[in-house]
Amino acid sequence: MLDTTDRKIINGLQGGFPVCDRPFAEAAESLGLEECDLVARISRLRETGVLSRFGPMYNADAMGGAFCLCAMAVPLGRFDDVVEQVNAHEEVAHNYERVHALNVWFVLGTDDPDRIDAVIGEIEAETGLEVHAFPKEHEFFIGLKVDA
Amino acid sequence: MDEIDRKIVAATQAGLPLVTQPYHKIAEELGLEPDEVIRRIKGMDDTGVIRRIGVVPNHYKLGLNANGMSVWDLDDARAQVLGAKVGALDFVSHCYLRPRSLPVWPYNLFAMVHGENRDEVEEKARIIADLLGPACRTQDILYSTRILKKTGLRIAA
Repeated sequence: MLDTTDRKIINGLQGGFPVCDRPFAEAAESLGLEECDLVARISRLRETGVLSRFGPMYNADAMGGAFCLCAMAVPLGRFDDVVEQVNAHEEVAHNYERVHALNVWFVLGTDDPDRIDAVIGEIEAETGLEVHAFPKEHEFFIGLKVDA
Repeated sequence: MDEIDRKIVAATQAGLPLVTQPYHKIAEELGLEPDEVIRRIKGMDDTGVIRRIGVVPNHYKLGLNANGMSVWDLDDARAQVLGAKVGALDFVSHCYLRPRSLPVWPYNLFAMVHGENRDEVEEKARIIADLLGPACRTQDILYSTRILKKTGLRIAA
């Protein structure tokens, strides 16, 4: 179970983690915690999976790379095999099963934009299935707002 | 970005070390001075290569078990203005315009909505529908039923 301090960390530290000699000390002070307590709590929240990550979130676009959302209609009889073929590509950053005729949704992330079309071509050749590409045309500003 | 920046990205993309001096630890691993690592990470933060530095919560572990990708076929002429309003709703965690893929996919606006259950997601989707009004021709909500992979971006050093 999460206590009030855990929630304070999750809500207060989704951005703005300091970049300095003793960042946990600085972040702990603004949360009213001790440095070692903050390190221990983030470690525990990572281990228990409450946090899927802790650190810098990189933007592939700004690195000269690209992300592309893709979807496929995978026949249920071939589902596991096709997912294995898709996931074997290291450019597949995450992949979700969803309830729709297009039932496999994955994101390609790469630091070389030319790789996006290449990987899509490879997946289509390997699976014999069409990959629908949904590159973002516009991203609306969101901010940070998951409330624990 | 030069070769040293790329090494720093490769060393930190899975996460920062959970020690009191994480940037020193990375510097040590890469054979760099701590000040240089700190200066370069700050630089990448300033230029937008780093979106943010912090914790990424797992929605499921927070009890947000319903993860709905709400999708909308929105009049192109009004998509920018209305999309910005959807993105500003406090329960929308990602919001994008993307190309359609006809005939199978008529939707151009994607808005991620999380809730404790599907009723809650559908309640939130109704708020979006009210906001869009007649500019929206058709809509759907795609729930995720399984995470098939989740590693995040990986670049080579």
